Order: sequence, then structure tokens, then C-alpha cells
Amino acid sequence: MAERTIAWKPRNENVLIGKEVDRLDGVEKASGSAKYTADVNPQGTLYCRLLTCKHGHARIKKLDVEPAKNVKGVAAVHVFKETGSELRWDGELIAAVAAERAEYAEDGVRAIVVEYEVLPHFVNEADREAAEALELTKAAGDNNKGDVAAAKQNAKVTHIGRYGIHTITHMCMEPHGSHCRWDGDKLDVHLSTQNVSGTGGQFANALQIDAANVELTCEYIGGGFGSKFAADEWGIACAKIAKETGRPVRLMLDRATELKIAGTRPSAFADVTISADENGKIVAWESHHWGTNGMAGGTVSIGTVPYVFDFANRSGKATGLITNTGPVRAWRAPNHPQACALTDTAIDDIARKLGKDSYDVFLANLDATPRAATYKAEMEVGARLIGWKEKWHAHGKGQGEGPGGAVKRGLGMALHTWGGRAHAGLCTLKVHPDGTVESFSGSQDIGTGTKTVIAVVLAETFGIPVASVKVHLGSNKYPRSGPSGGSTTVGGVSGPNRRAGLDALWKIFDLVAKKYEVDAASLSAKDGQIRAGDRVVCTWKQACGLIGPMPLEVQGEGPKDDGLTSDGVGGVQMVEVSVDTKTGKVKVEKYVAVQDTGLVIDEKTAKSQVYGAMIMTIAYALTEERIMDDATGRFINADLENYKLPRIGDIGELVVEMYQPDSEYARGVIGLGEPPVISGGAAISNAVCNALGVRVPVLPLTPKRVLDALEGAAT
Amino acid sequence: MRQPDQPRGRAPGFNRREFLKGSGAAVAATALAVSDREGFAQENAQPGVASAAPQSVTLNINGKDHTVKVEPRVTLLDVLRDDLNLTGAKDTDDRDATGCDTVLIDGKAVLAGSRLAIQCQGQKIRTVESLRNGDQVDPVVAGFVKHDGMQCGFCTPGFVMATRAFLDKKPNATLEEVRNGLGGNICRCGTYHGITACALELAQKGGV
Repeated sequence: MAERTIAWKPRNENVLIGKEVDRLDGVEKASGSAKYTADVNPQGTLYCRLLTCKHGHARIKKLDVEPAKNVKGVAAVHVFKETGSELRWDGELIAAVAAERAEYAEDGVRAIVVEYEVLPHFVNEADREAAEALELTKAAGDNNKGDVAAAKQNAKVTHIGRYGIHTITHMCMEPHGSHCRWDGDKLDVHLSTQNVSGTGGQFANALQIDAANVELTCEYIGGGFGSKFAADEWGIACAKIAKETGRPVRLMLDRATELKIAGTRPSAFADVTISADENGKIVAWESHHWGTNGMAGGTVSIGTVPYVFDFANRSGKATGLITNTGPVRAWRAPNHPQACALTDTAIDDIARKLGKDSYDVFLANLDATPRAATYKAEMEVGARLIGWKEKWHAHGKGQGEGPGGAVKRGLGMALHTWGGRAHAGLCTLKVHPDGTVESFSGSQDIGTGTKTVIAVVLAETFGIPVASVKVHLGSNKYPRSGPSGGSTTVGGVSGPNRRAGLDALWKIFDLVAKKYEVDAASLSAKDGQIRAGDRVVCTWKQACGLIGPMPLEVQGEGPKDDGLTSDGVGGVQMVEVSVDTKTGKVKVEKYVAVQDTGLVIDEKTAKSQVYGAMIMTIAYALTEERIMDDATGRFINADLENYKLPRIGDIGELVVEMYQPDSEYARGVIGLGEPPVISGGAAISNAVCNALGVRVPVLPLTPKRVLDALEGAAT
Repeated sequence: MRQPDQPRGRAPGFNRREFLKGSGAAVAATALAVSDREGFAQENAQPGVASAAPQSVTLNINGKDHTVKVEPRVTLLDVLRDDLNLTGAKDTDDRDATGCDTVLIDGKAVLAGSRLAIQCQGQKIRTVESLRNGDQVDPVVAGFVKHDGMQCGFCTPGFVMATRAFLDKKPNATLEEVRNGLGGNICRCGTYHGITACALELAQKGGV
């Protein structure tokens, strides 16, 4: 046992790590006792409702909130925008009404008098030419390498295609919002946030109070997906209303406003010219892509197109459109799903044009990726799981099923990459004299199983049951932790906790060595016992009894270059669809995800991340999109009936394979949240193309778009 | 959308779920909830309910009577959450498309945001909180944990209640019945795989 080196245990010695461990807070969540921000409800709380802009672009001609103040039960009205203010998109906040009950707040909003001067708007994010004519575009960079013209001349085949993927929203089930309460000059905030350690200071800055006077809590968060990193103007408003009224105040966005202003994933459209040799090896890539991130006029990062494949000869150009739409926020794997949907579809179209198996064409191009061996291995696993070789047919050449052979089946694949490096974070660990363990950090569990991961790491380190570890997250008074974005959290908490755990364990070993006169270097902790070689020296509890009357307290930090965490993953997804050519309905029959992610801490919650990402992918590939109305400039499906998400019967058979040979275990922990949500959109599009022999160019592949493509209405 | 000759005794909450299939469920769910409410009002007209002013409403929740003073327009969901601090049922939208507010009323799954509190007097309301008593939990709660049918957990209580009601009605449900029967709820994190596995395993054991 060896010298004291920070490392994970040898893989075969793990009792918990890599196994399927139940979520620590599963019962709390499933039985409704977990308290989210939206549930914080102390006596005397005021409830808020919002007045928002009802036009795509307008100026406030008149705003009179006085009538609202006279409405029964109304305690305060907060004004975001004054008379004369410009409102730049549908849903922009104008005023918030706080009242004794929600229904009184609604009455208050209705009593506000607002008159608009309607201004011209532009919301057609797919139409680059129209935006250019209106001078509503911004150059968003270019990206060139090699000699495209020469490579094209020598190519066997060239395909010209237009591809696209529409704007979607985060659609967190718990909307953005907060509960604020003042105690003198101290502010107590419950905020639905992915950024527990970082948002307290944002409140302090905006309110011009001492940061030390803000206590921010988020024990549970009802979805974030990249949209909940900020205090936000409505959070600050909640604190101001609480100050003004001397009452606790809860302000959660209503569903429509949530969708309109609290974040979107930007659209992307591209004209692509792609050329290949007779084996399907891509020799030249040209693209011009565009899209919108709202009024800022940006688009998907030029550096991500073409995606994963660094073709020898390429030229790329990006244009951002300025639209009267709510701002973007990071959406799970920012830029990547769009870039993949523009790239891997074009590669598949080369296979279609050459009459080749798409698998072989992707294979022929792997040497243009940074991890060819991993992708190749994952493709082999995926192909076996979905039955690629047995099921493959050339694009559009499959036998139809059902009456008249109207239902066509197809296969598609795509691949992705992500970083997933651990964020900076600290933890405090307490080992109590009775053998129980507590971990504290200002992290948050957005569904990843953060609490469970920490408990597994510590239980594994100390050789004790998971139930003996209490994990405390969700307060800005705990040691600082990074925001949960970009697949950084599991690495961000497991590294510091392992380091702190080993530090504490070695201190305890020293106490045991002294007391029992054994060699500290020979000691190990397993099954609630401290052992010297195979001999039991004492129980864990007896060992902890040597600590003394006070708990042993140690700190952990990360990330460090000791191999506990690293970054950079691949991942391959394959899909089998059926498409009803009469109705245009696409059904995912079977969907396989093969994902590497270094060392897996809890296989159960890790797999859940992948399943969840696949289901989110089915959503953006087939049904969900923000629909902007050109005539009014409004977001016309900002609700849960018309913004279509799949339900439990809509997902088909999902197969998750964590690709984890020993070489992956040796890499340490790498984040997992983003990668599996990236390539499925392209894979589903490719499967539909394989079924039909025609590309449905724009995601989501709604029945209308499928029928249009079949009828030649689209490119 | 309502089937006019459907007898009331046939459990509107449950039949609605069975009737709704796939992703068209949201709009239909709202429409049916309103129809149910109208039917209820006709058959159970309460002479005392005439004023829009706040009035005493007594609700039997998880076996215990609670009296609150609210206007007739206040939903059961708002009373549960804001007046009684029973926050297991979640408020996700204005139109009850997600099922996150599912409770049981006289044994049937009902969206608490689609019922006025005043309508629910004299009925037996069960919320998700009733499925846990200290360390003892309903098999549906245990199954959701075992199969990790949750991530952020915000939709989970509603899904748990929908599953409980579904299995009470169909204790031996098939996979196809699970997929149709739980189609009234939405999860954004994508936990359908675990929920399906949970419901199916319980159905193979007779729903408990």
C-alpha cells in the first residue's frame, strides 16, 4: 500500500465507483419533499405576475401603473421600462406586480395601462438574403485552409446542399425565478440557479450591498441546461420589491415569458458544397452558415464548422442575423449540435451521392478527426448494437412496409466531441469521531447526480456505506464551486472530494498506526474496517474515535494535474427510423449511443445523462422549435401545448453503451452532460434521408417538412 | 372532445389518460379537464356558491381536513402550494400541459391546476406527500429511485402520481399500455426510459 499518491483506486478494487448506485436524494425528489426555489413559501410571501411586451418591436407610448397599485391585494409594482422605452422583442419585461395572492397580482397586471407605438421588426432567421437587404447582418468570421478550388477539380463527386436547425428554448420545467427576503441589510435569496457560488455577488453588485450580506441558496433546481447562470433583471427586481415592501417575495417567470426571454439555443442554416474522392473521403468543404442569437447578431461559432472533421481543404464563412428575438443562452453543448447538424448531414449526402454505405464514408474520414481510434471502436460497438450491417440499404432503396409500402425504414449515424474538463472548485470535508462524513461545497445538483457522485467518491475512499456520507450543496456560504455548465461538475466535485478524502484517510491511518503499532503504509480502508494487508486492525468507527472530540476537517481543491480528471471525449450515435411517406411522420425505432467519458463514478446516473440527452435530441430533431410569426414578430408557440416535446410513448428503443475500456478508466473523470446531446440530430436526419432517398434539410423533421421534401418543395 | 354519454362513475381522470395517446395529449387534456369541470358543476351545484368573494373552503387532503379562505377562482394547485405548503405538485405552466401538478381525487389522476379548489370539497384528495411516511415509501416512489426515473426531479412528483393512478387502474399493464397511459406528463430532462422501466416492473408484480 503503498506510497501516498493522489489517484483513483485500481479499477478492480472499487466497490462503488463504476457501479450502479441509487440517487442519494431520489426519495426526496420522487415524494415531493425536495424543496425547489418555486416551492419556497414562508408566511407573508408576496407573489408576482409580469406585464410583458406584446409586439415584436415597439416603443412604450404610455405606461400608467397607478391603477394597479389600487387593486385589492396589490403590494407593489416594479417598473422595468419607462414611457418612451424601446421594447426589442416579444416578451421583454415592462412591469412586475407583487400581491398577497397570485390572482391579485394578475388583477394588478390587467389594470396597468400601456400603449405601444409599434415599430418595424425582423424575425425571419432562416432568410439571410432578406436580412442582408435590411442591413441586419454582421460578419461572424471565416475559417480557411488548403486549396479548395484545386481539390474540388480533382474530386470524384461534389454535393451542394442547404441544411438547417431551428432555434429551440431551454424549457426548464421550473421556470427562472427567485424568492427574496431581507433581514435588515442582509438579503436571503433562493435562486433557481446552476451557479450557486457565483450569483450572490451579482445580487450584491446590482443592489449595491456588501456581497457578504447575501446568502444564496439553491438546494434543488428544476432544470437549467445552460440557461441559469445569472441573477437576471427579474431576480434583482424580486429583491427590490422585497426591500420596498419589507416582505418576502417570490417571482417566477410565467411559462410564456420563460420561453421568450430566459434563453434559447440559436438557429443555424448553411449552404454547403462538399467534395469527395471515389471512396467517400472528403477532399474539399465550403460553407456559409448563418443564424441568429437575437439582437446581438451572432451565430454558431465559425470554429465549429465543419464539425469534428478537419478537412484538408476548406473555406468557411459565418454571418449573424439581427432579429427581434430574446437573447440566447448557453444550451447544453453550445454550438455543437448545430455544427454537427450542418456537417454530418453533408457527409451523409456524399455517401448518398456515391451510393455507398454511410458507415464506410464516415470511416474513410476518421483520419481527419482528433481521435480516430476511439471513433472507430465506438462505431464498431454501435454498429453491432443496432445491427447496422444486417439492416443497411442504399439511400432510398429500402423495401416499404405497411399498406402500399408507405412506411420506409432507414439508418443514420453521426459523431461528436466535447471537452468536459473539471471546473475549479473547493470542498470542505468533516470526518466525525462517530465515523460519519460530511462534505460541503457550493455546487448544485441539476440532475447530474452531483450529491450521489460526491457520496460515492467518499464512501469508496473510506470504505464505508454511501448512507454514512452526508453531502451539502447549494449555498454560497459553502466552499466555492464552479457553475454547472459545460459538463464540468462531476469532475469538478469528484477531484476535490477524492483529494480531501485521501488527505483525511491518511491522517486517520497515522492515528491508527500509532495506536495499534502497525505500519501506516500497510493500511487500507474497506467494508467499514481498517486493514493492514489482510488483517483487520480496527473498525472505521474505532479509527475515527482516535480523531478526538472534534471532527477532522480538511479541504479539497481542483482541478489538478494528478490524473483524477482530464478532458476530451468522442461519442458515436446511430439511429434507425421509420418514416410514413403518406403522413410525413418520423418515428425513432431504435437509437444507440456509444459514449466514452473517462472514469465513470456512478454508472446509473451517468447512463441517465445519456438517456436524457437522447430524448432531448429526439425533441429537437423531430418536434420542438421556436416559431416566430413574421407578420407580428411574436413567438407564437410559447407554451407547452404548441411547443412540442416528446412524451413517454414517442421515444422508441434507447440503447446506451458506456465505452469504458481500462484505457478510459485511466483517464480519470471527464464530464458527460453535453456530449450525448450533440450528434443525434444529424444521425436522425441521416436515417430519414436513408429511408427516403431525399434529404429533409431542416430540423426539426416535422411531418410537413418531410412531405415537402418528398414533393420536392425544399432542396 | 368529451364523450357525452360516458358515465361519470367511470373515472374521468383515468379514462382521460387512457383515451389520450401520444403527443396530442396536451390540448386534449385541457379541453377534457374543462369538460369534466362543467359536468361536475351541473351535477353538484352548491347553493352557497354565488359570490366571487373569498369564502371558506374545506378540503380533505391525505385524510385530513384543511379549511382555507379563498375566492372561488383559486385553483386547487394554488391552495395546495401557496396556502397549505404542500409543494410536491408543481406549477409549470398556465394550462396544465405537463402533468407536473397531478394529484389523485377520489382515486383518479387529476391536474390540480385545472380544478378550482371550491369544486373539490367533499372529495378525497391525495397528493404525492402521502406516498412517503418517514422511511416508508410507496412502491412507485421506490421504483422511480431504483430505475432512476428522475434527473432534476421537478416533473417527478407528478409522474409518480400519474404512475400510481395508472397502476391502480391497470395493475398488470403492458409496455404499450404504459406508453399510452403515462402520455399525459412531460419531462424535459428525458427520464422516460427509467419511468417506463419502473412502471413495467411494477406492472409485472401486480402494480405494487
